[in-house]
Amino acid sequence: MSQILDTYRGLKLRDRLAEAPNWVRKIGMLLVIAFAFYLPFLNILPFAYIRTDLSARGSDWASVLFLIVVYMIAAVGLNVVIGFAGLLDLGYVGFYALGAYSVALFGSPSSPVVEALQSRLGLGEEWAVPFAMCIPIAIAMSLVAGVILGAPTLRLRGDYLAIVTLGFGEIIRITARNLDNVTNGATGISGVPVPPGPEIGGRPFFNTIDAERWYWFALTILILIIFLAFRLEHSRVGRAWLAIREDEDAAAIMGVAAFKFKLWAFAIGASVGGLAGLLFGSKQQYVEPNAFMVQLSFLFVAMVVIGGSGNIYGALLGAFLLTYLPERFREFQEWRPFAFGVALVLVMILRPQGLVPSRRRAREFEDRKTEAQEAAVDV
Amino acid sequence: MDFDALFSGLDRHTLDGITRGSIYALVALGYTMVYGVMKLINFAHSEVFMVGTWTVLGVYTVLGVSAGAGLAAVIGATLLALIAAMLASAGTALAVERIAYRPLRKKGAPPLIFLITGIGCSMVLVETFGQVLRFFFGPPFGRVTVNIPSVLQTRDLFTIPGVDLTITNTRVIIIVGAIVMMLALDTFVNKSRLGRGVRAVAQDPDTASLMGVNQNRVIMLVFVLGGAMAGVAALLYTIQYDITKFDIGFIIGLKAFTAAVLGGIGNLRGALVGGLLLGIAEVYASTIWSSEWANVTAFVVLVVVLMFRPTGLLGESLGKARA
Repeated sequence: MSQILDTYRGLKLRDRLAEAPNWVRKIGMLLVIAFAFYLPFLNILPFAYIRTDLSARGSDWASVLFLIVVYMIAAVGLNVVIGFAGLLDLGYVGFYALGAYSVALFGSPSSPVVEALQSRLGLGEEWAVPFAMCIPIAIAMSLVAGVILGAPTLRLRGDYLAIVTLGFGEIIRITARNLDNVTNGATGISGVPVPPGPEIGGRPFFNTIDAERWYWFALTILILIIFLAFRLEHSRVGRAWLAIREDEDAAAIMGVAAFKFKLWAFAIGASVGGLAGLLFGSKQQYVEPNAFMVQLSFLFVAMVVIGGSGNIYGALLGAFLLTYLPERFREFQEWRPFAFGVALVLVMILRPQGLVPSRRRAREFEDRKTEAQEAAVDV
Repeated sequence: MDFDALFSGLDRHTLDGITRGSIYALVALGYTMVYGVMKLINFAHSEVFMVGTWTVLGVYTVLGVSAGAGLAAVIGATLLALIAAMLASAGTALAVERIAYRPLRKKGAPPLIFLITGIGCSMVLVETFGQVLRFFFGPPFGRVTVNIPSVLQTRDLFTIPGVDLTITNTRVIIIVGAIVMMLALDTFVNKSRLGRGVRAVAQDPDTASLMGVNQNRVIMLVFVLGGAMAGVAALLYTIQYDITKFDIGFIIGLKAFTAAVLGGIGNLRGALVGGLLLGIAEVYASTIWSSEWANVTAFVVLVVVLMFRPTGLLGESLGKARA
């Protein structure tokens, strides 16, 4: 393992990339994106071995790709909270669930909310909020939830925040299960709307069979989110987060409104989580409370942390590994949570900055380690 | 909203709440002590409790006792289960400290890393019972609820006249047992030499180590004590509910943590007050609304306490208060 890492370091991929001329980097980026769009049809040996549907019992490759991308969106969003602002959010699944439930509650003709609107406003049986309107609704709902949750709790110490958010995730799920007359309780809501599109071969463009179209749709959104996240990281807000993360008191003295920026991070992370949930719910066309167990929150955290918190590429890698590996090796699926736990502990002890660390965070860890060693020598 | 149901059985519900609360309070001790000394939420503590419940089951299975055994056998088996659960839970807590937390402390890792490691340990322990042991030994390990023989059978002891409230032997054992253990711990921390070390490190780790207190040893002691209390809680839990499950710890851990925060985290007597209050609040809430909302009560209490009185009812700190 360490040899592989040393070889990787020897290549100095990052430095070479940084030194390459601008046009080379742009073309490289375009090639990567084009390859990502081509992935569902990947059929060139030996690369085709990464497909998950080689054996008869394997899962549909395009659906797996879709799930990977949805989790990547969630991981990039959570990375804003954990990686940029340094806040541990253990209730991220709550926002994810809110996104999925928003599109289901407002977009499905059979949801209790839409039925109430139909009878109140005298609309037809088929009427529901159009999909395009559901996107801003879902984002707004999770954003508002993020602010409501964050406003009282972000003033607390960091470790309290973790527990409160954990509770929040559970409250969302329990509420969804118990509010029978709003969310259909444990039965869930079916008929969740899909994005509009032309009919091809007698089927709507976005259907349950052609998963690669869902993948392309999600990938487009992911690329947009990654672009926005990079812009955010290098903006004034991003620098404020960094200052808060490294030393909140010093940042406050320098005039950074810590609470305001933490709330921003929380709200932005929440809305991205809601967007990921919306994609998930729309693809499934069915939403039920048991899809949003607390373990999913831990999985999201594991993605960000194992990949390397603070680094968008790290979050992407973490999301890819933790979604792809269990699907590729389905025969060991039962072992997945155990493997996550072991991986989390090992990564935290041996490489707390993650597999692909952000440079600055890696240096922060190095500093702390030296400080701890110096302190030990003094004693 | 059913207030009649609450008021018609107020005495009974309060007793239920105190029973639940005693168990929460014992588990809360583990959170509170570790927090008091290390300023760390030990996320794996809920699983320390879970290990204890499985140990009770193991002891009963090995001894072959079941419901309806003779008095001597019942007392012997229960005492043995108590000791085994305390040892197993304390051992688990100690292992988590040595394997996971100590390397991080040496590196001076930020608090976030400790928390995530705790989550990792918690997942490993849960899956050990949910998957690993099932793979090697099969049932009863696995992802289903397992019944534990009710060796100690419930019997009516006496009835409180006037309110017509029947007290059973299990309730007496749970409430008295929890309070006795807490008093013992409180005395230990306040009166003994080792306890003085614990209070010293909680107050000021650097000065304590200058005064010759071995910080690592104190931290280990705190984990062992907290784990042993979780073991007691595990036995009392199995006496009351007769079940265990691989993920049983999660929800109880959250509630115990809430209890610790409610009473003032880092404060031993606060854990007792917080545990009892939370238990009562939960039973009342599930009577007024429905039992599905019982779990939400704990979270709402937690958020409200943190918003309005983040230091808890009795104030935090293991070091300063004489508690």
